Amino acid sequence: MKVAITAQGKDPAAAMDPRFGRCQYFVIADTEKSTFEAVANDNLAAGGGAGVATAQALVNRGVEVVLTGNVGPNALRVLQGAGVKVYSTTAPTVQAALQQWQAGGATPLSQATVGSHFGMGRGGNRW
Amino acid sequence: MLVTVASGKGGTGKTTIVTNLALALAKKMPVQVLDCDVEEPNAHLFLHPVFQEEEEVTLPVPEVDNTKCNGCGKCSEVCAFHALAVAGGKVMTFPEMCHGCGGCAFACPQGAITEKPYRIGVVARGQAGRIDFAHGRIDVGVPLAPPVIRAVKRLARKEGLTLIDAPPGTSCPVVAAVKDSDFCLLVTEPTPFGLNDLKLAVGMVRELGIPFAVVINRSTLGDLRVERYCRQERIPVLLKIPFDKRYAATYARGKCLVEEYPDWVPAFVGLWQEIERLVSQRARAAGN
Repeated sequence: MKVAITAQGKDPAAAMDPRFGRCQYFVIADTEKSTFEAVANDNLAAGGGAGVATAQALVNRGVEVVLTGNVGPNALRVLQGAGVKVYSTTAPTVQAALQQWQAGGATPLSQATVGSHFGMGRGGNRW
Repeated sequence: MLVTVASGKGGTGKTTIVTNLALALAKKMPVQVLDCDVEEPNAHLFLHPVFQEEEEVTLPVPEVDNTKCNGCGKCSEVCAFHALAVAGGKVMTFPEMCHGCGGCAFACPQGAITEKPYRIGVVARGQAGRIDFAHGRIDVGVPLAPPVIRAVKRLARKEGLTLIDAPPGTSCPVVAAVKDSDFCLLVTEPTPFGLNDLKLAVGMVRELGIPFAVVINRSTLGDLRVERYCRQERIPVLLKIPFDKRYAATYARGKCLVEEYPDWVPAFVGLWQEIERLVSQRARAAGN
């Protein structure tokens, strides 16, 4: 199963990025093969629609689970439409997020945690 | 003639110039006011028009026929605005992101996409005494002002003077408002912000190739850097309105300067004559 974790770096030790559509990287873990693959997020600086485009990119890669901090309404609609399960976690690193999810500690999301444009920085990143 | 009143900085007095110029000239010639600051139109608060009709502004957004769609994803690939996504073999549309270009319908090999109108705002028109008035109002939450602005501008008449109240700034909505004008007045104030944003606005109108001049509002506040800049750049300053608490009170009551202080009428008539002169000068220069 492919699990995508929003990250600020390219490896399992990297810090998580709490944003979905505008995260810096995705570390995609293959839970059967125990391998990790890093993908730079092309939509980090998109003018608009970053959530939709990012969700589409993950769907196209066959990702089945997403671990992130916050996700907006449009991205969630696309992910849910493709049957991708989305979890929120505050784990500090990619590895820690994966372990938390595997232990059943990540929070499944059925609705958006933030509004549109949250990841653009205006009023964002307030924790 | 189409004259747009713009500014880099907001709150410098675009509407003050538009409404006073309109009132000062309305007795002499046909005048039309188009308030294109569709995110927060305010010229009606000063001209008090009686609105007679209102028309919806719509954008053509995609509608997918799921019996024809095979989920190939071409539509989502061509969309520069991420207004379509394919998930679980089905197309999802996000009309609030759509710019109405029609690219998705064009690219769909199945002919599964048709376009349906999606409301983004209204254009209201009416009469303020002898002044023909119209403004646009974008719906709350809609990010796309230019189509509403273009809908207002389609009402521009050929004869007489049409004055456009532009949005502040120098972004797409402002360009949509200023484009195709015969002349552009840039309203500024003698403050560091006023100067900084004036420079940006000057860059924009120069890029558009539209003749322009400057009006300095609250000219007795601040410093002389705006005037120095205009001199250096050979930009004519056509009018200066000093800061006066009484003028601010007039504005706050929803009244116009030329109504409460008729001594200002000749200044606005003179402003119009200067614009006419600069436009005809430019036309002659272009003809040579």
